[in-house]
Amino acid sequence: MQYKANVIVRLKSDILDPQGKAILNSAHKLGYTSITGIRMGKVFEIIGSGDSFEKEVRDIASKLLANPVIEDYEIRIEND
Amino acid sequence: MIKVGVVVFPGSNCDEDVYYVMSSIMGFETKYVWHRDTYIEDLDLIVLPGGFSYGDYLRCGAISSHSIIMEAIKQHINRGRYVIGICNGFQILTEAALLPGALTMNMSTRFICDNVYLSVENINTFVSNQYSEKSAIMMPIAHKDGRYIANEDTIKKLEDNQQIVFRYSNSNGDIEADYNPNGSLHNIAGIINEKGNVIGLMPHPERCVEGVFTGKDGLHFFESIAKWVGD
Repeated sequence: MQYKANVIVRLKSDILDPQGKAILNSAHKLGYTSITGIRMGKVFEIIGSGDSFEKEVRDIASKLLANPVIEDYEIRIEND
Repeated sequence: MIKVGVVVFPGSNCDEDVYYVMSSIMGFETKYVWHRDTYIEDLDLIVLPGGFSYGDYLRCGAISSHSIIMEAIKQHINRGRYVIGICNGFQILTEAALLPGALTMNMSTRFICDNVYLSVENINTFVSNQYSEKSAIMMPIAHKDGRYIANEDTIKKLEDNQQIVFRYSNSNGDIEADYNPNGSLHNIAGIINEKGNVIGLMPHPERCVEGVFTGKDGLHFFESIAKWVGD
Protein backbone atom coordinates (compact mmCIF):
# COMPACT_ATOMS: atom_id res chain seq x y z
CA MET A 1 0.00 0.00 0.00
CA GLN A 2 1.51 3.27 -1.06
CA TYR A 3 1.25 6.31 1.13
CA LYS A 4 1.61 9.91 0.19
CA ALA A 5 2.56 12.84 2.33
CA ASN A 6 3.00 16.50 1.62
CA VAL A 7 5.32 18.56 3.75
CA ILE A 8 4.79 22.30 3.47
CA VAL A 9 7.72 24.42 4.59
CA ARG A 10 7.32 28.12 5.26
CA LEU A 11 9.57 30.84 6.56
CA LYS A 12 8.69 31.72 10.14
CA SER A 13 6.30 34.62 10.22
CA ASP A 14 8.77 37.07 11.77
CA ILE A 15 11.36 36.55 9.06
CA LEU A 16 11.41 38.95 6.14
CA ASP A 17 10.78 37.34 2.77
CA PRO A 18 12.35 39.47 0.04
CA GLN A 19 11.45 36.93 -2.64
CA GLY A 20 7.81 37.14 -1.67
CA LYS A 21 8.02 40.91 -1.81
CA ALA A 22 9.54 40.79 -5.31
CA ILE A 23 6.72 38.50 -6.43
CA LEU A 24 4.17 40.85 -4.90
CA ASN A 25 5.67 43.73 -6.87
CA SER A 26 5.26 41.69 -10.05
CA ALA A 27 1.63 41.01 -9.20
CA HIS A 28 1.06 44.73 -8.73
CA LYS A 29 2.76 45.53 -12.02
CA LEU A 30 0.29 43.13 -13.63
CA GLY A 31 -2.52 45.16 -12.08
CA TYR A 32 -3.59 42.87 -9.24
CA THR A 33 -3.75 45.54 -6.60
CA SER A 34 -6.09 43.93 -4.10
CA ILE A 35 -3.28 41.51 -3.17
CA THR A 36 -1.26 42.98 -0.35
CA GLY A 37 1.04 40.20 0.71
CA ILE A 38 2.79 37.17 -0.72
CA ARG A 39 5.21 34.85 1.04
CA MET A 40 6.92 31.96 -0.69
CA GLY A 41 7.27 28.46 0.74
CA LYS A 42 8.03 24.97 -0.48
CA VAL A 43 6.00 21.77 -0.91
CA PHE A 44 7.67 18.37 -0.72
CA GLU A 45 5.64 15.51 -2.17
CA ILE A 46 6.72 12.27 -0.55
CA ILE A 47 5.69 8.72 -1.32
CA GLY A 48 6.53 5.51 0.48
CA SER A 49 5.17 2.45 2.21
CA GLY A 50 5.38 0.50 5.42
CA ASP A 51 4.69 1.10 9.08
CA SER A 52 7.58 3.52 9.51
CA PHE A 53 6.52 5.85 6.73
CA GLU A 54 4.73 8.40 8.87
CA LYS A 55 7.50 8.54 11.48
CA GLU A 56 10.15 8.90 8.80
CA VAL A 57 8.23 11.74 7.18
CA ARG A 58 8.03 13.55 10.53
CA ASP A 59 11.74 12.96 11.12
CA ILE A 60 12.93 14.27 7.78
CA ALA A 61 10.55 17.20 7.95
CA SER A 62 12.23 18.47 11.11
CA LYS A 63 15.80 17.35 10.36
CA LEU A 64 16.18 17.88 6.64
CA LEU A 65 13.31 19.53 4.79
CA ALA A 66 12.97 22.50 7.14
CA ASN A 67 15.68 24.52 8.84
CA PRO A 68 14.14 24.95 12.33
CA VAL A 69 16.01 28.22 12.86
CA ILE A 70 14.08 29.97 10.12
CA GLU A 71 11.29 27.66 8.94
CA ASP A 72 8.10 26.02 10.17
CA TYR A 73 6.58 22.96 8.56
CA GLU A 74 3.21 21.27 8.23
CA ILE A 75 2.66 17.62 7.35
CA ARG A 76 -0.38 16.30 5.52
CA ILE A 77 -0.55 12.53 5.20
CA GLU A 78 -2.99 10.82 2.89
CA ASN A 79 -3.70 7.12 2.47
CA ASP A 80 -4.26 5.83 -1.03
CA MET B 1 54.10 22.87 10.94
CA ILE B 2 50.41 23.70 10.73
CA LYS B 3 48.39 20.99 9.00
CA VAL B 4 45.35 22.14 7.03
CA GLY B 5 42.58 20.18 5.35
CA VAL B 6 40.38 21.81 2.71
CA VAL B 7 37.09 19.92 2.39
CA VAL B 8 35.70 19.42 -1.09
CA PHE B 9 31.99 18.83 -1.61
CA PRO B 10 30.39 18.30 -5.01
CA GLY B 11 30.01 21.89 -6.20
CA SER B 12 32.64 23.50 -3.98
CA ASN B 13 34.60 25.91 -6.17
CA CYS B 14 36.78 27.96 -3.83
CA ASP B 15 38.77 25.00 -2.60
CA GLU B 16 41.72 25.65 -4.90
CA ASP B 17 42.01 29.31 -3.90
CA VAL B 18 42.07 28.32 -0.23
CA TYR B 19 44.59 25.53 -0.94
CA TYR B 20 46.82 27.99 -2.82
CA VAL B 21 46.87 30.51 0.02
CA MET B 22 47.40 27.90 2.73
CA SER B 23 50.21 26.07 0.95
CA SER B 24 51.93 28.52 -1.40
CA ILE B 25 51.52 31.77 0.53
CA MET B 26 51.49 30.55 4.12
CA GLY B 27 53.57 27.39 3.74
CA PHE B 28 51.19 25.22 5.76
CA GLU B 29 51.07 21.48 5.11
CA THR B 30 47.83 21.42 3.14
CA LYS B 31 45.69 18.68 1.66
CA TYR B 32 42.24 18.22 0.23
CA VAL B 33 39.66 16.26 2.24
CA TRP B 34 36.92 14.50 0.29
CA HIS B 35 33.35 14.86 1.56
CA ARG B 36 32.93 11.09 1.69
CA ASP B 37 35.94 10.50 3.94
CA THR B 38 35.01 9.05 7.30
CA TYR B 39 38.25 9.83 9.05
CA ILE B 40 40.47 12.86 9.08
CA GLU B 41 43.89 12.52 10.54
CA ASP B 42 45.09 14.82 13.23
CA LEU B 43 44.83 18.10 11.36
CA ASP B 44 45.13 21.48 13.06
CA LEU B 45 42.66 23.28 10.83
CA ILE B 46 39.80 22.32 8.56
CA VAL B 47 38.44 24.76 6.00
CA LEU B 48 34.99 24.49 4.46
CA PRO B 49 35.44 26.57 1.30
CA GLY B 50 32.99 28.60 -0.74
CA GLY B 51 31.02 27.47 -3.74
CA PHE B 52 27.69 25.89 -4.55
CA SER B 53 27.88 22.52 -2.86
CA TYR B 54 25.07 20.27 -4.09
CA GLY B 55 23.94 23.14 -6.27
CA ASP B 56 22.46 24.90 -3.22
CA TYR B 57 19.66 22.33 -3.55
CA LEU B 58 17.07 22.36 -0.74
CA ARG B 59 18.93 25.20 1.04
CA CYS B 60 22.50 26.42 0.74
CA GLY B 61 24.74 24.02 2.62
CA ALA B 62 21.82 21.86 3.78
CA ILE B 63 22.78 18.67 2.00
CA SER B 64 26.50 19.16 2.71
CA SER B 65 25.71 19.46 6.41
CA HIS B 66 24.66 15.80 6.35
CA SER B 67 27.77 14.61 4.50
CA ILE B 68 29.72 11.62 5.77
CA ILE B 69 32.73 13.84 6.60
CA MET B 70 30.71 15.97 9.04
CA GLU B 71 30.93 13.43 11.86
CA ALA B 72 34.72 13.51 11.70
CA ILE B 73 34.61 17.31 11.62
CA LYS B 74 32.46 17.37 14.77
CA GLN B 75 35.01 15.19 16.55
CA HIS B 76 37.81 17.45 15.27
CA ILE B 77 35.96 20.40 16.84
CA ASN B 78 35.43 18.53 20.12
CA ARG B 79 39.19 17.92 20.25
CA GLY B 80 39.62 21.70 20.27
CA ARG B 81 40.97 21.89 16.75
CA TYR B 82 40.07 24.69 14.38
CA VAL B 83 37.48 25.09 11.63
CA ILE B 84 36.94 27.97 9.20
CA GLY B 85 33.78 28.14 7.09
CA ILE B 86 33.99 30.63 4.21
CA CYS B 87 30.78 31.64 2.42
CA ASN B 88 29.14 28.28 1.52
CA GLY B 89 31.30 26.87 4.33
CA PHE B 90 29.63 29.29 6.77
CA GLN B 91 26.24 28.16 5.46
CA ILE B 92 27.23 24.51 6.01
CA LEU B 93 28.31 25.26 9.59
CA THR B 94 24.99 26.92 10.48
CA GLU B 95 23.00 24.15 8.79
CA ALA B 96 24.97 21.64 10.87
CA ALA B 97 24.28 23.78 13.97
CA LEU B 98 28.02 24.07 14.58
CA LEU B 99 27.44 27.81 14.58
CA PRO B 100 24.16 29.45 15.66
CA GLY B 101 21.71 31.22 13.36
CA ALA B 102 21.13 30.86 9.65
CA LEU B 103 22.07 32.45 6.32
CA THR B 104 19.14 33.46 4.14
CA MET B 105 18.58 35.22 0.86
CA ASN B 106 20.02 38.73 0.50
CA MET B 107 17.40 41.40 1.07
CA SER B 108 17.92 42.60 -2.50
CA THR B 109 17.20 39.04 -3.76
CA ARG B 110 20.26 39.56 -5.95
CA PHE B 111 23.60 37.81 -6.11
CA ILE B 112 26.13 40.42 -4.97
CA CYS B 113 29.71 40.31 -6.20
CA ASP B 114 31.52 43.29 -4.72
CA ASN B 115 34.24 44.55 -2.44
CA VAL B 116 32.95 45.53 0.99
CA TYR B 117 34.47 46.97 4.11
CA LEU B 118 34.46 45.03 7.34
CA SER B 119 35.11 46.24 10.85
CA VAL B 120 37.27 43.80 12.80
CA GLU B 121 35.29 43.69 16.04
CA ASN B 122 37.20 41.07 18.00
CA ILE B 123 40.94 40.66 17.57
CA ASN B 124 41.18 37.94 20.19
CA THR B 125 40.50 35.06 17.80
CA PHE B 126 42.60 32.66 15.77
CA VAL B 127 41.79 34.51 12.53
CA SER B 128 41.86 38.14 13.64
CA ASN B 129 44.72 38.63 16.10
CA GLN B 130 46.97 40.28 13.51
CA TYR B 131 44.46 43.05 12.77
CA SER B 132 44.07 46.24 14.79
CA GLU B 133 40.90 46.42 16.83
CA LYS B 134 38.06 48.16 15.00
CA SER B 135 40.18 48.53 11.88
CA ALA B 136 38.26 48.63 8.61
CA ILE B 137 39.42 46.14 6.03
CA MET B 138 38.31 45.46 2.46
CA MET B 139 37.27 42.01 1.37
CA PRO B 140 35.26 40.68 -1.57
CA ILE B 141 31.86 39.07 -1.18
CA ALA B 142 30.11 36.95 -3.76
CA HIS B 143 26.85 35.53 -2.56
CA LYS B 144 23.08 35.48 -2.93
CA ASP B 145 22.27 33.99 0.45
CA GLY B 146 24.41 35.89 2.94
CA ARG B 147 21.82 37.54 5.18
CA TYR B 148 22.63 36.37 8.71
CA ILE B 149 19.64 35.95 10.99
CA ALA B 150 19.08 34.44 14.42
CA ASN B 151 16.52 34.88 17.15
CA GLU B 152 16.81 37.68 19.70
CA ASP B 153 18.35 35.53 22.43
CA THR B 154 21.03 34.22 20.10
CA ILE B 155 21.94 37.68 18.85
CA LYS B 156 22.15 38.98 22.41
CA LYS B 157 24.40 36.09 23.38
CA LEU B 158 26.66 36.67 20.38
CA GLU B 159 26.94 40.35 21.28
CA ASP B 160 27.51 39.77 24.99
CA ASN B 161 30.13 37.08 24.40
CA GLN B 162 31.89 39.10 21.68
CA GLN B 163 31.37 36.29 19.22
CA ILE B 164 30.86 38.70 16.34
CA VAL B 165 34.26 38.91 14.68
CA PHE B 166 33.51 40.91 11.51
CA ARG B 167 30.75 43.40 10.73
CA TYR B 168 29.91 45.13 7.44
CA SER B 169 31.02 48.75 7.64
CA ASN B 170 32.34 51.65 5.60
CA SER B 171 36.01 52.49 5.14
CA ASN B 172 35.94 54.34 8.47
CA GLY B 173 34.65 51.33 10.32
CA ASP B 174 31.22 52.91 10.84
CA ILE B 175 28.56 50.27 11.19
CA GLU B 176 25.31 51.32 9.63
CA ALA B 177 22.53 49.87 7.49
CA ASP B 178 23.82 51.70 4.42
CA TYR B 179 27.00 49.65 4.49
CA ASN B 180 25.20 46.34 4.91
CA PRO B 181 25.13 44.59 1.53
CA ASN B 182 22.66 41.83 2.38
CA GLY B 183 20.56 42.85 5.40
CA SER B 184 22.36 40.68 7.98
CA LEU B 185 21.18 41.41 11.50
CA HIS B 186 23.52 43.81 13.29
CA ASN B 187 25.64 43.92 10.10
CA ILE B 188 27.08 40.54 11.05
CA ALA B 189 29.59 39.23 8.47
CA GLY B 190 31.41 36.64 10.54
CA ILE B 191 30.95 34.93 13.92
CA ILE B 192 32.91 32.56 16.11
CA ASN B 193 31.63 29.86 18.44
CA GLU B 194 31.78 30.16 22.23
CA LYS B 195 34.84 27.96 22.50
CA GLY B 196 36.66 30.11 19.92
CA ASN B 197 37.70 27.35 17.55
CA VAL B 198 35.03 27.54 14.84
CA ILE B 199 34.54 30.63 12.72
CA GLY B 200 32.18 31.31 9.84
CA LEU B 201 32.25 34.34 7.57
CA MET B 202 30.59 35.26 4.29
CA PRO B 203 33.44 37.36 2.77
CA HIS B 204 36.40 35.71 1.03
CA PRO B 205 39.75 36.37 2.73
CA GLU B 206 41.48 33.95 0.34
CA ARG B 207 40.68 36.35 -2.53
CA CYS B 208 42.66 39.28 -1.17
CA VAL B 209 46.08 38.17 -0.05
CA GLU B 210 48.23 39.30 -2.95
CA GLY B 211 48.74 42.70 -4.53
CA VAL B 212 47.51 41.51 -7.89
CA PHE B 213 43.97 41.26 -6.44
CA THR B 214 41.79 43.94 -4.94
CA GLY B 215 43.97 44.30 -1.91
CA LYS B 216 45.88 42.40 0.71
CA ASP B 217 43.65 42.83 3.75
CA GLY B 218 43.01 39.09 3.78
CA LEU B 219 46.65 38.32 4.47
CA HIS B 220 46.38 39.18 8.18
CA PHE B 221 43.52 36.65 8.42
CA PHE B 222 45.95 33.85 7.54
CA GLU B 223 48.87 35.35 9.46
CA SER B 224 46.60 35.31 12.51
CA ILE B 225 46.22 31.56 12.06
CA ALA B 226 49.99 31.14 11.81
CA LYS B 227 50.45 33.07 15.04
CA TRP B 228 47.66 31.46 17.08
CA VAL B 229 47.51 27.90 15.83
CA GLY B 230 51.24 27.68 15.38
CA ASP B 231 52.07 28.62 18.94
